[in-house]
Amino acid sequence: MSAVAADSVALAPTDYLLHLADNALVLGQRNAQWCGHGPILEEELALANMSLDLVGQARLLYDLVARRAADGSTEDTYAYWRDASQFRNYTLLELPHRSPLVGYAQGDMDFAITVMRNTLYTALMVPLWQQLCDCSDPDLAAIAAKSLKEAQYHLRHACDWLVKLGDGTDSSRQRMQGALEHLWPYTAEFWVSGKLEALARSAGLLVDGAALESSWNAIIDAVLEQATLTRPPAPEGYVSEGKVGVHSEHLSFLLAEMQSLARAHPGAQW
Amino acid sequence: MPGARQAAMPEEESIWTLLEQVSDPEIPVISLLDLGVVRQVKVDAQGWLVVITPTYSACPALSQMANDIVSTLQRAGWGPGRVQTQLAPAWSTDWISPRGRDRLREYGIAPPAPIHSQASDGARVLHFLPRKPLAESVPCPRCGSEQTTQTSRFGSTACKALYRCLSCREPFDYFKPY
Repeated sequence: MSAVAADSVALAPTDYLLHLADNALVLGQRNAQWCGHGPILEEELALANMSLDLVGQARLLYDLVARRAADGSTEDTYAYWRDASQFRNYTLLELPHRSPLVGYAQGDMDFAITVMRNTLYTALMVPLWQQLCDCSDPDLAAIAAKSLKEAQYHLRHACDWLVKLGDGTDSSRQRMQGALEHLWPYTAEFWVSGKLEALARSAGLLVDGAALESSWNAIIDAVLEQATLTRPPAPEGYVSEGKVGVHSEHLSFLLAEMQSLARAHPGAQW
Repeated sequence: MPGARQAAMPEEESIWTLLEQVSDPEIPVISLLDLGVVRQVKVDAQGWLVVITPTYSACPALSQMANDIVSTLQRAGWGPGRVQTQLAPAWSTDWISPRGRDRLREYGIAPPAPIHSQASDGARVLHFLPRKPLAESVPCPRCGSEQTTQTSRFGSTACKALYRCLSCREPFDYFKPY
């Protein structure tokens, strides 16, 4: 890995790096639930491959945080030994692959939710990684350059499905519109400029919220139009706060599954 | 691999030569040099140093590559040394050598099309053409026909997609441009 940056270089704040890493890890883990249950073999491969990319991005970021902390922590410390309230991911990414039910209820996974969420998230990450490629933190810029290539490929894939299913049969169209309306309010969290964004800006990271929002809107509007879906009105009311550690009930279940092995065998090597 | 190989000292030359024998763990017909992942070779007071760059963020072959480099160099009598990972500049399939491309094709994997220089200045609107086949044509590595179609955007490893030849009817892997 490249050496720690020189004095003149502003480093990304730890919380912001963890936010980027947690987004990737949580969605990677969530989408990996399709492994063995994919609607078709090719999509099974696609979801597993995309999860692998996301977990890879998370590992690079956790590793960077751990090296800078220089306190004996490793990437595993961040992935396996933090609890839900310490995760900084958007709430959108932890939701199950189905319409609302109480946290412990069982329901079939709905591919419409998966496709819609991947599109909403990746349409944010493509322009964000693009911005971060030129940021003042050289290590983060290097990770952004790799992640951007992967995100662009993921976005193409997600949008293909969105158009196929949105402009598909009556039933598939209805499910895609339903997924859009279910997930839409959670995207409001993307645009709330809070402590996390202030920290990133004061560290000299070029996170231009307005440019990001207009890029995201352009991508989403174009793909929804092709998919003949209707963009819901701007969400009102409660705005989710996953990025500051206030999560839905679903994250703990997801983490329990992901972390139980590492916690049952602390320090084990495999 | 543009820019990676400089005028080297004799020891460094022989390490470069040895690295030609280290093949990709997943695609054994192509060497790490032809794949373009070796960025730098140096010999200093602490021994040798080989700098490699990952292909995909999560390429599981990366640690295997590092192990293979260490064991190849040690077998050849090179003492202590280390392998370092470097992320920037990000690896691109444009770094695969012409010989590497030929090897891939002979092995039945269609080599990647060149990456068109992507503007990184600011965000762009992406346009999707969902109902048309990909603009680029991927010639079949077996019969050379350009009449091929994508069956799956993702394949057996992170770096490949699945294609099918409409002329000879054989399925094949395509090394995705990255």
